[in-house]
Amino acid sequence: MYHQAVYDEPFIFEIRGRKTVKLPHENENFRLNIPEKMRRKSLNIGDREEFEVVRHFTRLSQMNFGVDLGFYPLGSCTMKYNPRLNEEIASYPGFRDIHPLQDEDDVQGALRLMYELGEDLKKITGMDAITLQPLAGSQGEFTGLSIVRAYFENRGELDQRTEVVVPDSAHGSNPASANMAGFKAIEIKSNKDGKVDFEEFKKYITKNTAAFMITNPNTLGIFEDNIKQMADYAHEMGALVYYDGANLNGIMGKTSPGKMGFDIVHLNLHKTFSTPHGGGGPGAGPVAVKEHLKDFLPVPIVTYEGGKYHLNYNVPKTIGKVANFYGNFSILVRAWAYIKLHGEEGLREACERAVLNSNYMSYKISKIMPVPGYRIKKHEFVASSHDEEGKLPKASDIAKHLINNGVHAPTIYFPLIVPEALMIEPTESATKEEMDRFIEILKDAINTPKEQLEKEPTNLKVGRIDDVDASRNPRPTYRVLMKANSKN
Amino acid sequence: MDNINDILKEMGLNSIDDLFSDIPPNLKISSMGLDAGLSEDEVRRKAMEYASMNKTITQYHSFLGFGAYNHYVPAIISAIISRGEFLTAYTPYQAEISQGIMQALWEYQSLMAELLDMDAVNSSNYDVSTALGEAIRMAVNITDKNEVLIPKFTHPFKKSVARLYARGSNINLVEYPFDESGKIDLEFLKNNVNENTAAVYVEYPNMFGIIDENVAAVKEIIGDQRIMIAGVNPIALGILTPPGELGADIAIGDGQVFGLGLNFGGPMLGIFGTRMEYIRKMPGKIMGVTKDSNGKLAFAMILQTREQHIRRERAVTNMTSNMGLMAVASAIYVSLLGESGLKKLGEINMGLTNNLIERIKDFGIDMPFQGSPVFNEFYMKLKVSKTYLNLAARKSRVIPGAILGQEFGFDTRKEVNMITNVTERNTKEDFDAFMEFLGKVI
Ligand SMILES: Cc1ncc(COP(=O)(O)O)c(C=O)c1O
Repeated sequence: MYHQAVYDEPFIFEIRGRKTVKLPHENENFRLNIPEKMRRKSLNIGDREEFEVVRHFTRLSQMNFGVDLGFYPLGSCTMKYNPRLNEEIASYPGFRDIHPLQDEDDVQGALRLMYELGEDLKKITGMDAITLQPLAGSQGEFTGLSIVRAYFENRGELDQRTEVVVPDSAHGSNPASANMAGFKAIEIKSNKDGKVDFEEFKKYITKNTAAFMITNPNTLGIFEDNIKQMADYAHEMGALVYYDGANLNGIMGKTSPGKMGFDIVHLNLHKTFSTPHGGGGPGAGPVAVKEHLKDFLPVPIVTYEGGKYHLNYNVPKTIGKVANFYGNFSILVRAWAYIKLHGEEGLREACERAVLNSNYMSYKISKIMPVPGYRIKKHEFVASSHDEEGKLPKASDIAKHLINNGVHAPTIYFPLIVPEALMIEPTESATKEEMDRFIEILKDAINTPKEQLEKEPTNLKVGRIDDVDASRNPRPTYRVLMKANSKN
Repeated sequence: MDNINDILKEMGLNSIDDLFSDIPPNLKISSMGLDAGLSEDEVRRKAMEYASMNKTITQYHSFLGFGAYNHYVPAIISAIISRGEFLTAYTPYQAEISQGIMQALWEYQSLMAELLDMDAVNSSNYDVSTALGEAIRMAVNITDKNEVLIPKFTHPFKKSVARLYARGSNINLVEYPFDESGKIDLEFLKNNVNENTAAVYVEYPNMFGIIDENVAAVKEIIGDQRIMIAGVNPIALGILTPPGELGADIAIGDGQVFGLGLNFGGPMLGIFGTRMEYIRKMPGKIMGVTKDSNGKLAFAMILQTREQHIRRERAVTNMTSNMGLMAVASAIYVSLLGESGLKKLGEINMGLTNNLIERIKDFGIDMPFQGSPVFNEFYMKLKVSKTYLNLAARKSRVIPGAILGQEFGFDTRKEVNMITNVTERNTKEDFDAFMEFLGKVI
């Protein structure tokens, strides 16, 4: 049986002791001329010994779950194994201790690596130009859609082209990014197969459409086989076509966004290219475009000219900058290492195995609960724990049963178009044994009485959490918690 | 046994290709055109070769800051954040199995709340530039007005990002000047805050490193119906009055200084805090304290109805992934230094900077805002060309600072406008080399 480590770990504020860390120049005396109004009177975070800090955070880490601990089929997140080689390389002083404003001559190795990564990503996506600057997938979307905006502004069509069309199965960040870039998001209904219907699609694409935005395979793991037709039609209507690259793992080496007719692509290096997600981030969201959009990319772009690599600010119609400097460089290093390690064959095999695993699981799971949509899936699929008789447990209860048994739960309640959705993405980093075990736990959840499921989890640091109270009475910080406690 | 053919057979398939029959033949590619894969050791050697083509900052007497700072990185940070339980986790969507990172992130929020004097802090934005972009959008969202004032002298990269975020939301950014001492021109503010003004963005230390006490007068000028956004260098908050106490409604900063290192400029960390009354308009994931079914203390992600996965187009932001691990790293850093360490560190940075300025004084160099107190950066004008300066700097193995250029209308062929940064990592040898270099260019 699975048991997570359980410590009654105090808040860091309650761990107090001597400051042991030694700073350079610690014993020198300085003259300070801080204006009176600007001089801090107090800071209440306490001091503590170094070993106490290490113990505290180590114990916290043990009450957490990652790919290094077990199966993590969190749909849409591509939680594949993160090679440790990536970590080693990112820590080399030659990559770690360089400043973004150093002279170009001093950072040729870094620029070379970025250039190579960009070239490889262009090949993988079938696109013509790239920026590595966006700091995550969603920021890639904002960057890409800002490029769309600049493109139509440049053509004098922005007043007319105000809409971004997205399927109702799209990730929430798609419509949110459209809004942030100044567009109105229009949702198009998926058909009963979970795809965008071409005839329906044509009704939505008008002279007001700036872009059609979609991920393919879509969020149900189904390949939209009309994609080229849709892209061609959108182009005929003067619109651009945007590819959400979160699902690239399902097609890598088999087809490419460029081939499918897309103008703009963002990638999530923390998904397809194995960089660790760190419990939230950092990720990286490079954006690749076709030739006609390359003059709009953020600055600087990395170029190679005259035998040297450059940070080139000479991009005629650039949208400007999207981040402090040039992107999450140390994440780029990791993705570079992953691509070099795998190469042409290895990347294609990763995709094949991911798709095989997903189809195997969907085949087996379809025997115990509905799996809406086509039979052939790509790298992920969506099961629905919703039946007419109401015999199946709720998706959230199934999730708790899974984590209670030491495997991570799928993404639940997304995509929104499937009731009680369980979005399962095994990735290539799963053995048959692991998948079979997951399926056994799933069956077990179905056979467990509802009252008992609702009591789970029982093997973890805490039991079922009260989300409603958490948000009704927000206690986001220690100081707010202390104030709330003193009132009670 | 884990065998591909067994799996295929169980499904009644013959080959992997069957699984790709849903992709129309005209869309298939036979090759991506990539090189063949390498062994682990070959990749390592290639990486070592590229890394060795870079000259690290430690090979110089470096005074380069201006947005990325060469601060000391404690050894325990990488030891803890490279633990697989943290490193290889996703965003804690399943709270019960993710209490460890949720507590760490909540403690990050709590530590930043103390530093900023803000009750609500999110579990990170991407970096300070994007945090500024989001803060501007948030202020407009709160006030329903659409003009935001920002200093003309804002880091050009940060300003460019803010402009892009503003453009998408049809927000008008208006630039305001500094007075002759390099501080906010309060008269200008008084005359230019009007019925359209949603917010004023202030910085301390500002782009020239100045600890601008005029910041303390801004909230009164703009009033309660407008938002004061304060940008701070978090490492200065060991000794400087926190933004909350100075009247800020939103406080932002870059946590790169808290033990993240340089990494050629990324990842960094957008610190973002606000007053409790505005928490529902704040972007980003927020951890909160609650109870489990047994009444035991637990952590949960709160106020998710603000976010894209629920609110979609009307979400407060599109941000999904963030900088979680960097937030944990800076929580470790701040815990380790503690209140006395952060105070000491602030004093060291400011004190060393003052020492260097003191030594330079005798040279009679043009330092436009001399006399205004600075934290760990200061501004000089040198009457030489950039090319000449770089040559002299190289000879002394000094990187004397960051050079401001065209974006502010400076012609680097005639004079150099430079921001010089001093941190606790600078040594006596660095200072001597800097003086030697200055002697050459004057
Ligand atoms: C389909 C899809 N699109 C976009 C995103 C956003 O990516 P990120 O989390 O890197 O911002 C995600 C992941 O969260 C996703 O699954």
